[in-house]
Amino acid sequence: MQTPAPFGYERATSVNHAISLLEKLGPEARLVAGGHSLLPMMKLRLARPEYLIDINDLVDDLSYIKVEDGELRIGAMTRHAQLLGSTLAGGHYAILHDAERVIADPVVRNRGTVGGSIGQADPSEDLSAVFSAAKATIMITSSTGVRGVAARDIHNGPYETVVGEAEMITEVRIPIRPGGGSAYTKVERRAGDWAVAASGVCVWLDGDVITDVGIGLTAVGAAHFCAPDAEALLIGKPISEELIEAAGAAASAHSSPSTDQRGPKEYKRHLAGELTKRSLRAAIARAQGRTPGSNTAQSKTAQSNVEGKVA
Amino acid sequence: MEVNLTVNGEPMKTDIEPRVLLVHAIRDHLGLTGTHWGCDTSNCGACVVHLDGVPVKSCTVLGVMAEGRNVDTVEGLEGPNGLDPIQTGFMECHGLQCGFCTPGMMMVTKALLQHTPNPTEHEIREAISGQLCRCTGYDGIVKSIQWAASHQNQEVSA
Amino acid sequence: MTMIEDQTAGHATQVPVSKAGNPIGFGRMLRKEDARFLRGQGNFLDDVTMPGMLFGAILASPHAHARIISIDTSAAEAHPRVKAVITGKMLEGLKLAWMPTLSADVQAVLATDKVRYQGQEVAFVIAEDKYSARDALELIDVDYEMLPPMIDARRALDADAPIVRDEIDGKTDNHIFDWEAGDEAKADAAFASAEVSVSLDMLYPRSHPAPMETCGSVAYMNPVSGKLTAYITSQAPHAHRTIYALVAGIPEHKIQVISPDIGGGFGNKVPIYPGYVLAVVGSIVTKRPVKWVEDRSSNLMTTGFARDYHMHGEICATKDGQILGVRTNVLADHGAFNATAQPTKFPAGLFHIFTGSYNYQAAHCKVTGVYTNKAPGGVAYACSFRITEAVYLIERLVDRLALELDMDPAELRMKNLLLPEQFPYTTPTGYEYDSGNYPAALTEAMRIAGYDELRKEQAEKRTRGEYMGIGISFFTEGVGAGPSKHYDILGLGMNDGCELRIHPTGTAQIRLSCQSQGQGHETTFAQIVAHELGIPPEDVEVIHGDTDNTPFGLGTYASRSTPVSGAAAAVVSQRVRAKARLIAAAALECSPDDLEWNHGRWQVKGDAEKGKTIQEIAMLSHSAMQMPEGVEGHLDATAVYNPPNLTYPFGAYICVVDLDPGTGVVKVRRFIAVDDCGPRINPMIVEGQVHGGLADGIGMALMQAIAFDEDGNCLGGSFMDYLLPTAMEVPTFETGMTVTPSPHHPLGTKGVGESATVGSPPAVVNAVMDALKPFGVKHADMPLTPAQVWLAIQGRPARTDLAFE
Repeated sequence: MQTPAPFGYERATSVNHAISLLEKLGPEARLVAGGHSLLPMMKLRLARPEYLIDINDLVDDLSYIKVEDGELRIGAMTRHAQLLGSTLAGGHYAILHDAERVIADPVVRNRGTVGGSIGQADPSEDLSAVFSAAKATIMITSSTGVRGVAARDIHNGPYETVVGEAEMITEVRIPIRPGGGSAYTKVERRAGDWAVAASGVCVWLDGDVITDVGIGLTAVGAAHFCAPDAEALLIGKPISEELIEAAGAAASAHSSPSTDQRGPKEYKRHLAGELTKRSLRAAIARAQGRTPGSNTAQSKTAQSNVEGKVA
Repeated sequence: MEVNLTVNGEPMKTDIEPRVLLVHAIRDHLGLTGTHWGCDTSNCGACVVHLDGVPVKSCTVLGVMAEGRNVDTVEGLEGPNGLDPIQTGFMECHGLQCGFCTPGMMMVTKALLQHTPNPTEHEIREAISGQLCRCTGYDGIVKSIQWAASHQNQEVSA
Repeated sequence: MTMIEDQTAGHATQVPVSKAGNPIGFGRMLRKEDARFLRGQGNFLDDVTMPGMLFGAILASPHAHARIISIDTSAAEAHPRVKAVITGKMLEGLKLAWMPTLSADVQAVLATDKVRYQGQEVAFVIAEDKYSARDALELIDVDYEMLPPMIDARRALDADAPIVRDEIDGKTDNHIFDWEAGDEAKADAAFASAEVSVSLDMLYPRSHPAPMETCGSVAYMNPVSGKLTAYITSQAPHAHRTIYALVAGIPEHKIQVISPDIGGGFGNKVPIYPGYVLAVVGSIVTKRPVKWVEDRSSNLMTTGFARDYHMHGEICATKDGQILGVRTNVLADHGAFNATAQPTKFPAGLFHIFTGSYNYQAAHCKVTGVYTNKAPGGVAYACSFRITEAVYLIERLVDRLALELDMDPAELRMKNLLLPEQFPYTTPTGYEYDSGNYPAALTEAMRIAGYDELRKEQAEKRTRGEYMGIGISFFTEGVGAGPSKHYDILGLGMNDGCELRIHPTGTAQIRLSCQSQGQGHETTFAQIVAHELGIPPEDVEVIHGDTDNTPFGLGTYASRSTPVSGAAAAVVSQRVRAKARLIAAAALECSPDDLEWNHGRWQVKGDAEKGKTIQEIAMLSHSAMQMPEGVEGHLDATAVYNPPNLTYPFGAYICVVDLDPGTGVVKVRRFIAVDDCGPRINPMIVEGQVHGGLADGIGMALMQAIAFDEDGNCLGGSFMDYLLPTAMEVPTFETGMTVTPSPHHPLGTKGVGESATVGSPPAVVNAVMDALKPFGVKHADMPLTPAQVWLAIQGRPARTDLAFE
């Protein structure tokens, strides 16, 4: 059976300790939290870090979901299950619950972390698209301080981020703005599978005019997990079915998927448009306080608005 | 590395390389073979144990990560007064055939019923959606969990 | 005596209840084996340890087709914890580089000349621990020369195709066999005169049984005694023992094969795999026990796959829907070695049962087997020797015919199903179906489903642009191989032995040749003894899996345990009962003819007070009592059962799906399954067998398939890529039953383990095609993933044996 290659192991007791260990152990040291991205790569021996720095003891510092300074703030060590269980998070951004409900499986969600998902930068990772749609800021800590990077700027490409060798992702900040609604729609071949394609939308309305929108795309080769052309089409326009269709077409055109066993690229390109339209409709319905129509099967959109919504 | 942990309420100690997966630490080093290994990729759930009360896939956790923590395995389900209702439920409702996925299924059930004492069928199916079974078609498992939910706090011997 | 009513025999019968609350005979009974599994006390292969045990790991080929130029093992051998590294070259010296398959071919244990599929075994490392063994694999340097891979089976017989088996003298193509059944001229005549005929090209894609436990072995060749003890994940321990003797030249009496608790088999654990042999060789080389446990990738990429049948099928009928004939031409992809595990005389297994459950006499099939650069196998995964493929063929064709005739598929089936009075029925390809009441089963399934209401709902929904589909499948299985004049594997007739001992105090041990992988034999076989002898099932210990302690037999696969070993168990029990009668008569000083059997007791006819229980007779048989003339002491018996025919279980399945045309996502909403397997020994266990098979059918129809890219890379080599259904994809099943006993089985029972796997895939596919009817879709191959369904709607469904383009 698969086993990792040997490595040294350190257990960080604080964020500063983790960073000092990264500095001390050099570029072949990696942080490990939930381990559900890194350990499988290590078992296949596709990843061979010399050291692992275990940050699971940092839950007191980095596991939280709170509202501060008009932002929803999610600590990097927050487990997927915690985010899914958070009425605070779901109340502000239903997209978080839509996405978390379809990330891996419940037991994996008990272990995998928000920070780990961002850091892994897997092109099929759902939260990357969610944070792109929500126009979140990722906070990165080093020994010299904390810097914020827009979620849309954190990825250099598949499995590559701007996070430096002695830096760590510590927090996600999502601005809370009135008039918003959000949704995430994903097609998967089976429960727990990676996305064939998915789209997340955060929309803000003034009456029936779209004042701002973020569209995130998963697994369809969209640079930075977003669809700026489609967003530009929508901003400042009143909602109409034609507009939604046009936005879907733009998202589809913007995508650049590759063919694999989840489907040929033409199908995924179709899904980029189809799922963007579905998420857009659902997000608008939520922003308007309506309940969206039911969605069938595995294209899962949350069925109703959630409690505790803060305007 | 020396690892001190509590397994099913008993303090235990083992000396393992940092790379040893928790599933191997439990099976090969602590000798508790009730927890199974099935897939390498954390898809099948045969290796689920509780780490500080939370179900995890022990093939994707390092043994050293359990230092100072509580690990609960299938061997700890049976109490002094007999089987856990989950175990009885699996027997009553034919929730197992070959028995290989069963420990993981029951450990996930344990956590489910702690948080959701009266789960709906959908909640049950979702809770075990990271656990593969090749024998039962999940039908007997779902019924077993329903049985257990309706017989909580009853330990019976079998 | 407490009695319970048992409905599962098809009529109400009274069954006594034991003190422990179990039926002394047939009926629902909780499983004996559960007690250990629920406590984590099962004894699976990887739980087995032996003193001084070493660990083996296999180096797998990264390439599908490549010549081995050199293998350098020196660095691996220098690893401080490595005890030995075995290569094909070393095995050649021992004449063990190649081993016979179950289909008159040979298979490489370790590659010598070239690798023929991705994942093929190239070297074997033995180390002090499994992590070191895995580390040492990386230290082996293999120099490969790439060869063009033979991947697309449909091009395997092209003149310019790369040759997979060029090591065979004079082999210049990839052809393995041609085989046919039925009457070609008669079939052609039926088609020539028919008013309507339709055809379909269908792929039953390569899938894998993927039991939760992978394969493995712990082998110890004792250098002093010369005895080999081999724990093996084996569905057929006795056959394995004999093959070990034939392959390795170890005297058979010096081989003990122990099949411990098996974590699912489904046919995956029938063949002999290189890893098993390597564990033995490793033990011989190191003089220590060697454990080898397959990783999941190796399991999926190298061990017995299933199906891979490219089928062209045709069906013809009258205008009003009377089926007249069926013919089919099949291209069978057997991979790099012909290693199908099936009866010797049938290279396409029992595929020629493809005529199905219908009344017509013109049928013909041709099957051509070819080599490709893929893993060997073909017969596995609860297929009843390729009846899965056969049922899929006929049930898709019948639906295609219904579409052509614009007839309801249920009506078309009802019109053509064999009638009860036609049994025993000889099919156009020579099977003699033993018994059946097919219309009753279909009627029952339609009743449970509320078929007419479903059709109404579908019509309404279509007007609203919503797409649901209703799919029917009717299957006839043929299980319990089998009569040894027809069925053998490697020359071993497919008969099963059985031994029964009644102890002096009246408890019993029964020794079986078959081997449970979750089917609950420890419970069911105790119930058979209870049924025949009146001994409570908790007083019957079932012993199986250890060749030193059980009689010879061919094992558990193809749903043969109840039809063959179950019959053997009934026969030994009946022999004990007959002997008990003689002893009871002597004790009661009457003629055996004056006695009658009453629930575990021989009693004097007309004087029920006078009698002896089986327990009393057991003690008498061991006592100082003078045995009657010709009767030996003790109460035991042996039997070898050679079945007179297969048993033919059958069933009617209905699947209801909802389909989202915007995404291609299919959701199975309902699944109705009516099975007839004769009387049910333990209805709870039978239901469980059916449930598992239904999930298999949903899995195969919607997600399970192993495709290959053009370089021969296996695209289903992990559980992230080879998808198995979870609890989210299967509904709560709605099961029903009819009961038609087999006239030739001593208990009237038929096999059931694979009925649902065989019967359910076409129901799901038919349902999806029914949902897609408004889009003009006539067929798309499994698996009907969202992408495949969407492509079908676009009018261009993909080939699912190859990578998506």
